[in-house]
Amino acid sequence: MAMSCLETIQAYGLRSLGYGERLLPRDDFTLCQHFTLIGSGLIWNVYFGVLALLFGFFLANALALAKAAHSPWLRKPAEWFIFVFRGSPLFIQFFLAYELLVLLPKAGINVLGITIDTSWTTRAWAGALFVLFLNTAAYSAEIFHGALKSVPKGDVEAADAYGITGWSRFRRILWPTMLRLGWPAYTNEAIFLFHATTLVFFSGFPAFQQRGDALYYANYFADKTFNPFIPYPIVGFYFICLTLLLIWVFGLINRRLNRHLPSNLRGRIRLRPQLIR
Amino acid sequence: MKKMMLATAVLALTAGASLAQDVVRIGTEGAYEPYNYIDQATGELTGYEIELGNELCKRAELKCEFVQNAWDSIIPNLQSGNYDLIMAGMSITDERDQVIDFTQNYIPPASSAYVALSADVNVGEGAVVAAQTGTIQAGYVAESGATLLEFATPDETVAAVRNGEADAVFADKDYLAPIAADSNGELVVLANEVQLGGGVGIGLRETDTELKDKLNVAIQSMKDDGTLNTMIKKWFGEEAQTF
Amino acid sequence: MFEYCADPSQLSGLTWLSCYLTTGTHFNFYRSFVTVLMLLAVTAPVALAFGFGGAMAARSHVTPLSLLGRGYIAAVRGVPDIVYFLFFVIALDQGIEWTKHLFVCDDLSQPVWNGTEFRVCPAAKVPLATSSAIWHSAYAFALAVFTFALVFGAFAANVLYGAMQAVPKAQLETAEAYGMTPRQVFRRILVPQMWVYALPGLSNLWLILIKATPLLFLLGIQDIVYWARELGSAKTSGNNPYPHGDWRVFYFLALLVFYLAFTRVSEIVLARLTRRLSHGQATLGGEQLRKAGA
Repeated sequence: MAMSCLETIQAYGLRSLGYGERLLPRDDFTLCQHFTLIGSGLIWNVYFGVLALLFGFFLANALALAKAAHSPWLRKPAEWFIFVFRGSPLFIQFFLAYELLVLLPKAGINVLGITIDTSWTTRAWAGALFVLFLNTAAYSAEIFHGALKSVPKGDVEAADAYGITGWSRFRRILWPTMLRLGWPAYTNEAIFLFHATTLVFFSGFPAFQQRGDALYYANYFADKTFNPFIPYPIVGFYFICLTLLLIWVFGLINRRLNRHLPSNLRGRIRLRPQLIR
Repeated sequence: MKKMMLATAVLALTAGASLAQDVVRIGTEGAYEPYNYIDQATGELTGYEIELGNELCKRAELKCEFVQNAWDSIIPNLQSGNYDLIMAGMSITDERDQVIDFTQNYIPPASSAYVALSADVNVGEGAVVAAQTGTIQAGYVAESGATLLEFATPDETVAAVRNGEADAVFADKDYLAPIAADSNGELVVLANEVQLGGGVGIGLRETDTELKDKLNVAIQSMKDDGTLNTMIKKWFGEEAQTF
Repeated sequence: MFEYCADPSQLSGLTWLSCYLTTGTHFNFYRSFVTVLMLLAVTAPVALAFGFGGAMAARSHVTPLSLLGRGYIAAVRGVPDIVYFLFFVIALDQGIEWTKHLFVCDDLSQPVWNGTEFRVCPAAKVPLATSSAIWHSAYAFALAVFTFALVFGAFAANVLYGAMQAVPKAQLETAEAYGMTPRQVFRRILVPQMWVYALPGLSNLWLILIKATPLLFLLGIQDIVYWARELGSAKTSGNNPYPHGDWRVFYFLALLVFYLAFTRVSEIVLARLTRRLSHGQATLGGEQLRKAGA
């Protein structure tokens, strides 16, 4: 009863989300099954990567500004936050976060008579996303902070000369320039964040109903076939594709950020890791 | 300085005259009390399988040493030739038998058991059951209709029951029983035991037939003179299943 | 360790703790810090050498060499390091033994790969089956260093490549005008100048390398995370002199402190190094130093 590849894709294409065949393949492993299931797991890597990046971007901006602030009440907490998250391995952050989250009362927290359910926080989709969000925010904040410090003095002086001040000076002069300068390094951060998502099920959060990411399924196959040379390179292949896609998307944004510059000055995106994980 | 380089904990035991004889290396996990674990006081490998392995090597006139390897890659590393035997509480299953060979078992087909916070917990449809990734128990839970929650190490599976993450943990009874006994009634072993696998045997490469024969003879001699049963009782308690 | 530790079950409080923290397992834990530091100390220069080679290859005018360099950088950077660690060491190990097999074995008629089983003649084993455990450990350590260096070498290559491009063209042209050969320009002008541009990237790489060490256990090295896990996991009273519950959280907190402290010290040292390298450089940093000194 060998399944055709199309049937395999129908059965396992969305397995990582809990749809399709409930039991994972147990014998007669085919290459098609490898590619389908590992590809299915990649959905989670994309989910973690995209959402953490999206939320992290906003927090990173706030943190970068706080770190550049004069008031120590803003600056110190931001500096500490960035130091702790950049200074420790993500893997330990996952572990400690998980340990903290399981301490929340299972029955839920009672706030003003309304019971808030807490059990979902230990699930990877929420807990790991939260850690990745904080982690990438810290790394990106450092990048943006560095970029903010290197905004050309002339730009700011020109803004002053035109009478552009306060919020509008920030929004129209400082912030776009900061993004433009920090963008190549931010692209690297994005790549590394996507790579870091493979740690979620590997050493952080438990896999629920055998729903995991690309590495989880690769591990499953390596475990069943006792052959690591097929599943792990497949994960590598998927990630190279993902990285290329990411570089392309960030390149497009980079072009837009630099569109006002004369074409010979427009720096092509240079993948020089300024600040990477 | 040499001691520092010694990243892999190794227990060497010479049997008979130590000629320039090939060393038979035995891979083990070192994290599965009382099968194989790290002695808390000395920091060295110990456990039922370590004592048994050394005794078997003595009887088969082999020079053996133990090496630690993570459970995940314990079979690929055997096949790659990084060690020659596996003694890591590994149950004999059809799946594994297809790629490696096993000697006759040195622990009878063992019971797997559920451990939960109370005796009346449901472990079937709708329950969340924790198990270690890549064990026969994990495969069993996945097919039982319960929701499988997988962890990389056995202690995490027990911790998951304690903190309420999982309703029960499913593992070898010999591993769970001492933990439950130690918990002051917090954890209980459920009555529905399951027999899985064909007992625990020594795993080796399919081409190592000569080594397999030697070990089979040694295991048989220990079964015959009763020393194997004595050793099982020493490590697993008086009620343990024997041959 | 201490006299009074003979029967731990009779102890309590601080005496118990003093005995507990000096068990053999704990000494293994303390020693594993040295293992990790040693691995970092060995890996960093090797990775830098790989990076230098990669960057030079990528800059080469010979197309195949340049493609090789770029391919190496792109392929390693595109894939999460953990994925490499999961299969690369076994592949490397088999590759070494297979190469040796071709040279030292007499009977080459038997297939080396038989299904998933890998078999070479006993003489081709690395290290030989008769060698003592020390050599096995040293070999595992060397494989780990090589794998780490290969992965981080690709990142270093990327940084150095960028740094080489960042050295002002005018300086290189001036050197050529003075009649230096391309080799001399590279050795005397480009390499000494590029470090200041490479340092920020390399500093980050160092910090990343520190934080990648928890993956060491995948490579068969018992590192601090392995021992923290082993020590912290719950111990039953049957076979263990110091039974305790799940204490992993305390051990991981200790690791957190270690990593933070190590990062902080590295940051301070690297900041000093940057300052020194900036002296006399035609950069903003160098200009500031010049003004401060004047």
